[in-house]
Amino acid sequence: MSAAILTLVTFVPLAGALLMMFFPRRDELARWFALVVTLLGFVLSLHLPLHFTRAASGFQFEINIQWISSPNIHYHLGVDGISMWLVVLTTFLSPLCVLISWKSVHERVKEFFILLLILETALIGVFVSLDLFLFYFFWEASLIPMALIIGMYGHERRVYAAVKFFLFTMIGSVFMLAAIIWLYARTGSFEYTAIQRAMQSGQIGWEAALWCFLGFFLAFAVKVPIFPLHTWLPDAHFEAPTAGSVLLAGVLLKMGTYGLLRFNLGLFPEQAREHAPWIITLAIIGIIYGALVAMVQPNLKKLVAYSSVSHLGFVVLGIFSFTQAGVDGAVYQMLAHGVSTGALFMLVGILYERRHTFEISEFGGLATPMPVYATFFMIIMLSSVGLPLLNGFVGEFLVLSGAFQAKAVYGILAATGVIWSACYLLWTYQRVFFGKVNRDANAVLPDISARERIALWPTALAAVAMGVAPLLWLNAIEPAVRAVLSPLAQMAEGLVR
Amino acid sequence: MFFLNHIWIIPLLPALGAALMFFFGRKLSKSAVSFFCVGLVVVAFVFSCLTVLQYTGWAAAHNHQPFEKIVYTWLGSDTSNLGYLTHSGRAADFHVDAGFLLDPLSAIWLLFVTGVGMLIHIYSIGYMAHEGGYYRFFGYMNLFMFTMLTLVLGNNYVMLFVGWEGVGLCSYLLIGFYFLKKSATNAANKAFIVNRIGDAGFLLGMFTIAWYLGSFRFTQITEVARSGRLSTGDPTITLACLLLFVGACGKSAQVPLYVWLPDAMEGPTPVSALIHAATMVTAGVYMVARSNALFVLAPEAMKTVAIIGAVTAIFAASIGLVQNDIKRVLAYSTVSQLGYMFLALGVGAFAAGVFHVFTHAFFKALLFLGAGSVIHALSSEQDMRHMGALVHKIPTTFKTMLIATLAIAGIFPFAGFFSKDEILWQAWSADNGAYRALWYIGYATAFMTAFYMFRLMYLTFWSPSRVEHEVEHHIHESPKSMTIPLIVLAFFSLFAGFLGWPHSLKGSNRFEKFLEPVFAREATQFDKSGKEAQLAAAKKEEEHANPTEYFLMILSLGAAFAGWGLAKRSYGKAAEGYTEPIAATAPPAYRVLYNKWYVDEAYDYLFTGRRKLGPVRLGAMGAGEAAWAVDANFVDGGVNGAGWTTRALAKLSVWWDTWIIDGLLVNGIAYSTRPLSWLTRMIQWGLVQWYALVMVAGILGFVLYYIFR
Repeated sequence: MSAAILTLVTFVPLAGALLMMFFPRRDELARWFALVVTLLGFVLSLHLPLHFTRAASGFQFEINIQWISSPNIHYHLGVDGISMWLVVLTTFLSPLCVLISWKSVHERVKEFFILLLILETALIGVFVSLDLFLFYFFWEASLIPMALIIGMYGHERRVYAAVKFFLFTMIGSVFMLAAIIWLYARTGSFEYTAIQRAMQSGQIGWEAALWCFLGFFLAFAVKVPIFPLHTWLPDAHFEAPTAGSVLLAGVLLKMGTYGLLRFNLGLFPEQAREHAPWIITLAIIGIIYGALVAMVQPNLKKLVAYSSVSHLGFVVLGIFSFTQAGVDGAVYQMLAHGVSTGALFMLVGILYERRHTFEISEFGGLATPMPVYATFFMIIMLSSVGLPLLNGFVGEFLVLSGAFQAKAVYGILAATGVIWSACYLLWTYQRVFFGKVNRDANAVLPDISARERIALWPTALAAVAMGVAPLLWLNAIEPAVRAVLSPLAQMAEGLVR
Repeated sequence: MFFLNHIWIIPLLPALGAALMFFFGRKLSKSAVSFFCVGLVVVAFVFSCLTVLQYTGWAAAHNHQPFEKIVYTWLGSDTSNLGYLTHSGRAADFHVDAGFLLDPLSAIWLLFVTGVGMLIHIYSIGYMAHEGGYYRFFGYMNLFMFTMLTLVLGNNYVMLFVGWEGVGLCSYLLIGFYFLKKSATNAANKAFIVNRIGDAGFLLGMFTIAWYLGSFRFTQITEVARSGRLSTGDPTITLACLLLFVGACGKSAQVPLYVWLPDAMEGPTPVSALIHAATMVTAGVYMVARSNALFVLAPEAMKTVAIIGAVTAIFAASIGLVQNDIKRVLAYSTVSQLGYMFLALGVGAFAAGVFHVFTHAFFKALLFLGAGSVIHALSSEQDMRHMGALVHKIPTTFKTMLIATLAIAGIFPFAGFFSKDEILWQAWSADNGAYRALWYIGYATAFMTAFYMFRLMYLTFWSPSRVEHEVEHHIHESPKSMTIPLIVLAFFSLFAGFLGWPHSLKGSNRFEKFLEPVFAREATQFDKSGKEAQLAAAKKEEEHANPTEYFLMILSLGAAFAGWGLAKRSYGKAAEGYTEPIAATAPPAYRVLYNKWYVDEAYDYLFTGRRKLGPVRLGAMGAGEAAWAVDANFVDGGVNGAGWTTRALAKLSVWWDTWIIDGLLVNGIAYSTRPLSWLTRMIQWGLVQWYALVMVAGILGFVLYYIFR
């Protein structure tokens, strides 16, 4: 079981998608089947944290089979405490995506769910691959279903957004591909651990490693997105259907931060240390800038998208602080952001289904017709604001503390993000929910349905659980982060000596 | 030991109430809501009393140690691999526990938070009886109790911060309780955001301490701070203390972050009493007092605290002089009294500051609840210009409010006298009179306090009635559930001060003695340490019997009575259309005070950007708009520009391809073959006659050539 579990978790959605292709064109059947498959994926993925050896730092549930002999490509999967949770995050959000698309997608329904399932496999694949070729394969594979979901099921300017998304990511990825091929040429292996060993043994020159570092960085920076490469994000989010946005914000962006952590830090610690200052500067700009732009957005969905830029800035800051607390916090923030921003997009989508607009000025006083909805929104908003005992706080706190430890000024600047997030979210909440209902269309809005409740409850519960008992997650993250940081720590000690 | 070991149950009791309201509140009847929510707070109060009782026994046997109980590890960050050693040389321990701490300081807060909280919960049954969202109100109130108790009982800065943010949330929810009102939700946002500014400072202060001293835990930090390894005036500690104080300024409404508290009066009155007067706003005082071991190492920070406190005290009092909304007067009064508390902390009189928190909790809660009772009686009228002559119509409210007024004005032997006098005396005497300038400010504030409070009393109760006719008929005393809390609070407003009966008046100041284990080594001598400080403290004790102290006592009593007298003269006969004495004597000053020194306007122009300064918008909104413009035009413009350039290049290539490569070269060559082929076709036509003709012509040509050569 242990050897096959990752394969199962990764490919069950794809198998579902393949099966679905032979289905008759019956929408209801497609929906239910997609739900069952994603739920099955989630249940299977729970095997990972339940059987994960928490104290260990290496990869677990590994499977390593040669796939192609020349070039030497392996089917090598495995997770550590970082990627495991990202896998679970993906499988956790997928059934919710199915639920939230139940009614909002009504044309080419079967195809939609097929794309969704393929996307899920690609996303999980990115996190579990330990072979760089395989990783790249999944990385690019995720692009196609996502671009199609945006381009086919999006709103008015969907094609523009899909193309923008596709091109942006492609351009970034090309440099990564070059770096991967170059590394293969020099080391004769695509395997993560083998390349890591080669890097540590000094087989690759500093200069060359730097170019590889930058190649990877560019690919991930686009994905995160790091300022100023972020402008594809608001468009993609705005145009994407709800489920697309949920997976985009919840998981796709984490591919970038995960990559930074796994490859830029894991393979090139020296280069990372050398170049951390300007990357951190960009991260901090992202935190403040994203929040500022979010604050004046008249459009609810773009507002949430820009808030992602701000929140992901925290993640990058944490990663490049090279402190245990900072990186722990960054990983935690990835998960927390996945849950709460995923939920925020679901909430925004629910509103769109009812009013077919994202303009904040179109709403007002919604707490009166939709009290339950308003309550969910409040909880998720507060978790996004980073209120203690909810998930957002833990990550933010750890990141800030790590950044502060790395350099006080980082912490000080980033801490203003705490203020900004309160500004834009509370103000938005006030404009959408408080006051009297001033539009007839809003007065009769139905509160959330049972199905929507089922989709939202897990996120709210996760937000609370992750805030109250963060150690359940952190104690798996910590050893993995320590492993990533240990070469850096050794370097730091070397510097001291 | 049951209660001590299960101290974590105390905050969980109201949390349970909040959870019940969250899940089932809608379906519960009002009496069921009151039963659970009020009942659980009563249980929490009883539990707290028993816990504190048990603690006093335990402490006596344990050298007055603080009691700590760790329930589980909340956050852990192992830094061992970084080889990180703290300033003090001990290995850093960044485990943040869900841990609880009980010592005299938290015991005092625990008791008055649960006690006053309980009374206000009972009061709310009557006050909120006719309001919608009954369960929502009590759910929020219970949530507040939970977070406030977490704040008070946490054994480390992070737990304190959890409670700190939590009370901020509840404050936000309760200020915005009437969420249909724009002004209420504006005020709620303002409260949360201004508090967040303070919170950012608090966070940074916390990090500074943690990375410098290696722990978030109070006991460990205090141990390091008192170990003598840190020198007085250590710049990092000073910075940390200042940052913490930024947090305190937010939560406890000090200049320049006080602006949210007056607006917070948009919430229901019991909320103003509980959160914005008695408990939550004193959290900043608690935090500074809790950090006393650090603050005494940072004289500069202490000085800042004292100065900000004094400035806030007189500044807020000056605004309170002329406000007409009864709750607003009380709100500014709260800000001002909080200033007193920080003044006390700043001059090193921690116990005096805490004592004022304690007495203030009773009389200010009482004032707010009394004001609530007045508002209740007058069908929601809050403007004192439309009050008057209520003295016989709502006698219980009147009597209890009078006691509270006497207490806050500092008239002997009411509670406020003892605490305020202690603060003023400490301001006078601390550090050999280094802070005497602040005494003058405090003294002037005492006079102003008496004036505005009696102004409130005269305008509300004693002056001729200016109540609108419609309202006049409905005036009624509040129900028992509201008056009984008033009476209980009045009792404490009268007698709570006796706990701190000073040595100079032949008392024993039990309050200070109780707190001694927390502040012992600090006293006021923060520039000395160890034995020297104890000696100095003993010397000060003697000084306490100083004739100056009696003289100052009489002086402040004089100020209180002067304020009273002036208020009586000005408002005793205030009939319809009365004029404010300040407005009559100095209209510009009145305008400035009435408009609250235009601070809100200035903030709107400079910081929020809600108002435009001419054509420009500054502040947060301005920055946001600028950032968006950059994003749309520059960053995304760059992207689109790159896209456009690519497309233009593509078009150019298409043109090149079509016209040059394909047109000129490929097709050009192809086309040019056609005329060329004509030439060759001419000789390859396949027409024999033509060949013959050409041949003849050729021969002819040759012949002619040779002939004419």
